Amino acid sequence: MTAATGIGARVLRTEDKRFLTGNGRYVDDLPLARATYAYFLRSPHAHAKIKSIDISAAAKMPGVVNIFTGKDLVDAKVGGLICGWVVKDKHGQPHKAPAHPVMAVDTVRYVGDTVAMVVANTYDEAKDAAESIKVDYEVKPANVDPGRALDKGAVEVHPEAPGNLVYDWEIGVKADVDAAFAKAAHVTKLDLINNRLIPNAMEPRAAAADYDKGTGQYTLWSTSQNPHVLRLILSAFVLGIPEHKLRVIAPDVGGGFGSKIFCYADETMVCWAASRVGRPIKWTAERSESFQTDCHGRDHVTHAELAMDKDGKFLALKVDTIANMGAYLSTFSTAVPTYLYATLLAGQYTTPLIYANVKAVFTHTAPVDAYRGAGRPEATFVIESIVSKAAAEMKMDPAELRRKNFIPSTAFPYQTPVALQYDSGNYPPIIDEAIKIADYKGFEARRAEAKSRGKLRGIGFSSYIEACGLAPSQVIGQLGGGVGQWEAAQIKFNPTGNVQIMTGSHSHGQSHETTFAQIVSDKLGVPMEQIEIVHGDTATTPFGMGTYGSRSLAVGGSAIMKAADKIIAKGKKIAAHLMEASVADVVFENGTFKVAGTDKNVPLAQVVFAAYVPHNYPLAEVEPGMDENAFYDPANFVYPAGTQICEVEIDPDTGEVEIVNFTAVDDFGNIINPMVVEGQVHGGIVQGIGQALLEAAVYDKATGQLISGSYMDYTMPRADDVPSFKLGYKVTPCPHNPLGVKGCGEAGAIASPAAVMNAVHNALAPIGVKHVEMPATPLNVWQSIQGAQRQAAE
Amino acid sequence: MSISVAMTVNGKAVSGKVEARTLLVQFLREHLGMTGTHVGCDTSQCGACVIHVDGKSVKSCTMLAVQAEGAKVTTIEGLAASPDKLHPMQEAFRENHALQCGFCTPGMVMSAIDMVKRHNYQLDEATVRRELEGNLCRCTGYHNIVKAILAAAPAMKSAGV
Amino acid sequence: MYDFAYHRPKSVADAVGLLKGKPEARAMSGGMTLIPTLKQRLARPSDVVDLGGVKELAGIKVEGNNVVVGGMTRHADVATSAEVKAAIPALAHLAGHIGDPQVRNRGTIGGSVANNDPAADYPGAVVGLNATVTTNTRKIAADDFFKGLFETALADGELITSISFPKAEKAAYMKFPNPASRYAMVGVFVAKTAGGVRVAVTGAGPCVFRVKAMEDALAKNFSSAAIKDIKIPADGLNSDIHGSAEYRAHLVGVMARRAVDAANK
Repeated sequence: MTAATGIGARVLRTEDKRFLTGNGRYVDDLPLARATYAYFLRSPHAHAKIKSIDISAAAKMPGVVNIFTGKDLVDAKVGGLICGWVVKDKHGQPHKAPAHPVMAVDTVRYVGDTVAMVVANTYDEAKDAAESIKVDYEVKPANVDPGRALDKGAVEVHPEAPGNLVYDWEIGVKADVDAAFAKAAHVTKLDLINNRLIPNAMEPRAAAADYDKGTGQYTLWSTSQNPHVLRLILSAFVLGIPEHKLRVIAPDVGGGFGSKIFCYADETMVCWAASRVGRPIKWTAERSESFQTDCHGRDHVTHAELAMDKDGKFLALKVDTIANMGAYLSTFSTAVPTYLYATLLAGQYTTPLIYANVKAVFTHTAPVDAYRGAGRPEATFVIESIVSKAAAEMKMDPAELRRKNFIPSTAFPYQTPVALQYDSGNYPPIIDEAIKIADYKGFEARRAEAKSRGKLRGIGFSSYIEACGLAPSQVIGQLGGGVGQWEAAQIKFNPTGNVQIMTGSHSHGQSHETTFAQIVSDKLGVPMEQIEIVHGDTATTPFGMGTYGSRSLAVGGSAIMKAADKIIAKGKKIAAHLMEASVADVVFENGTFKVAGTDKNVPLAQVVFAAYVPHNYPLAEVEPGMDENAFYDPANFVYPAGTQICEVEIDPDTGEVEIVNFTAVDDFGNIINPMVVEGQVHGGIVQGIGQALLEAAVYDKATGQLISGSYMDYTMPRADDVPSFKLGYKVTPCPHNPLGVKGCGEAGAIASPAAVMNAVHNALAPIGVKHVEMPATPLNVWQSIQGAQRQAAE
Repeated sequence: MSISVAMTVNGKAVSGKVEARTLLVQFLREHLGMTGTHVGCDTSQCGACVIHVDGKSVKSCTMLAVQAEGAKVTTIEGLAASPDKLHPMQEAFRENHALQCGFCTPGMVMSAIDMVKRHNYQLDEATVRRELEGNLCRCTGYHNIVKAILAAAPAMKSAGV
Repeated sequence: MYDFAYHRPKSVADAVGLLKGKPEARAMSGGMTLIPTLKQRLARPSDVVDLGGVKELAGIKVEGNNVVVGGMTRHADVATSAEVKAAIPALAHLAGHIGDPQVRNRGTIGGSVANNDPAADYPGAVVGLNATVTTNTRKIAADDFFKGLFETALADGELITSISFPKAEKAAYMKFPNPASRYAMVGVFVAKTAGGVRVAVTGAGPCVFRVKAMEDALAKNFSSAAIKDIKIPADGLNSDIHGSAEYRAHLVGVMARRAVDAANK
């Protein structure tokens, strides 16, 4: 294959043309004849008893077609929304699993909890009518602070979960860790909050549904990252629609970042109501609705301690975390602060003993679930913050302390004390490259120059590891996951030689239409323009698990490779027949079957044609057609790793933090399209910078209202909040998947909060500031400086 | 209140009956079926809905359809000279991988074109970043968007657009 | 948004006529605040009188020592106006930093001033430059115009036709934006004019206000050093998740000093 389009080439994107000309097709763009529009009435209270709901006036409003409440769902025996991952607590008991009604029946548990659905001829009419629904609430006190949710006397969210405890989970042997701490020469302690975030994909969630009375077939269009999983959940657990009678289509989807993995109340309602209304229903969230009802991310309160010997060698790590689950358990919520968090606490280091205790709690807030990185950013933030703090306390260079504790390249596969076995990696060259790109040596001179301008300059490191490419199904099953984590692919050649690749992965920005085509083009020698990637429709693609956890290439791409192998294997048999040779002598190179050592050859296109027009064909041994399916279940997670270096300047008068330099060096294994990978890294870094400096979901502690409920109060990173980035790569191929690839989707967001905050702390240390919580907003930094000055004065 | 409204959209005369409260973006998307212009927020901040009205970039979610009476409107659908000939800004976005999910892209492109013209085809990175204040992107981290706009400015100048 | 009756008059007189006797009618200039407010259903006007068609309200002219800006003049036009840049560069700079480019292409000075959002920029310039607000019925001095949170001296149905800004010997506006909304969390307009020195603060309190202590100090010595020890009390200042009253009080000092330095450049 030519380098222009094959693996490793910077191929421009196939999908761009439609997006750039306004021809993308997102859910809200669907023209549906005779459509009705849904509006959801949401709870204005964080916690209240619903005494009564009176829809009589609303039902008479112009244009109203139907109104549904939670009681209608109870009457129709609709199931609740589910959490698909059973986490067992430290006593072996499953987590507390209170019911999660699709619409509230007698109690609302967060601002935004769904109370009623109005279906009308126009959206405005539905919204007009919703205002006339009279809900009599008995407002009750709310608990929105995860740090206080376990306090004695805290308001309980569910009677089924006494004291608001979802589970008390642990990993590691506490006694061993305590013994190591007893012998430590130095212990670094850290309290931190991993701030709650709101994902904010630019396309708000949307759903549309149609019901065919003749066939009993439902079609649901949803902004989903995993349409097959959504269908499975709706069919098997919630609505009871037989799976073959429900088609879920996730067309162009405008970003997900985790928030579109889950099965939500609104899309469930739109689907369910379609058959009752008898006309198609459309719904698109308003942004303020997204703020209130999309699953949020992060929200941990953590205490960590790191034990070291006198030379800075890590002896043991101890972590206690309270993780906020919100008011209900969303689809994968329970796994995020356990198996996607505590299992990562070894980081890139040889820390021999690790103990983590995680208490998940209910609060009167929107459900919290996976958001870009999901657990791994939280773990990285703990490790990389405490390592940098330890370096400062030990008066060691932060890069040196990291190097001293890195897992050596000779130690792979490396078994960590927290379950995972890292397959491959080589960390020292990564940090060396980052240091070179960032000109670490020149930093002190830059700091002095900044000081002359009245600015405080600081530098911070973050050396992350992640486990992604979710995941070996049997491991997931042992850990309580309710689904398999393989991926599926189908390669279907058409008689004229062009090819359709049906994948269970779903692109909502990840560029699969380009990179997956590159793989096939490279492997089978088919020109890019003759390849079509088909995704996002349960009717046309094989059952697949969808896109999250940086799994599309490592798992979905590997499934495509397996299917391509089958194509080649079958093609060899046909080619052998056509060339009158033995199958064992046929080789496949650059899109052509050849008889080794001769000039006999037959191109793939000709073999495909023969397969569909099998006149001269070995029908006794080989079926006609050229259409192969493959399922790929990975042997292990993949383990991307890297080092980021952030440099900031702080204006001590205002508390403003400016990022003046940002370097990221990653090992993603082999790279299919460097342009696409760079884009993923840039976007991830900025989401991490957003967490570190700008973004915070804030609930009012007294009322439970979401204060940061719009872009007026939730600070989204803008172009002038961030710099351009300097990137570098090191490659250790993944040894267990056919492409040798790791994942690149989450890395940027996983590493950058710690890099930024370590830089902030480094900048502020000379003036006595000990700790700044995220986000390091101007107010927050200024207050920290004031606090340090007051302390110095005392 | 039902009102007749007429305007020129991408060079074509269009008209329709709207409510007074119908937003210009609703008129484009729901009445004309031109769904390239997107709505990403309800507080006039995300910029996914940016179009040009009488040559100036505006947020079509913060303008009533009736306010565009008689106006010349250009949307993302009206930029490319033909399906194979993209506007230099569209081309630069593609060349520089300045879009991922594509949702903010129409507004970004429309804001970017206006920006380049207002700055007489001369821009630096800091200016581009500041001028993008009204456009949010969650995918790209802006790096490649900034690169694309800086690349498009001279290309627009030489193409005379 | 609730529906309403829509009107597009061609003259001030017609606009005033349409508003008369309708207590729930609202005038709309750029709509940059009104439309988002309507979209959130926070207001339910019976009528919206769109001033977009009133040609006589737009435009900038220099009259003697004053720059007169028509009520319907867009922020972008003030920001790029050669007359404004020459006469009062600080005013052009302020206009060029309101909202984002798309807001500046629609938003108007009259709308902004009449709305009197506590976080708006223009009230800082109006008070800082001791401008005169002209309406369809009268002239109102800046100090008499802004009455409180979203409150002005305008009567029902009274429209701003123009605002007259005296030229300044030196002036500058420094804004510290709210990180999320980018509205002014604190904006300080400092001006040295024939009428004396003024320091007007927007964003920090419920309504634009002057800082007398700074004005007095600067009148004696127009340098940032002259005001470096003046502390602004936090009492009564706005407080939210982005800025406590204390922080805003502190920022008033920082922005005032930076504005003076900028004015002296």
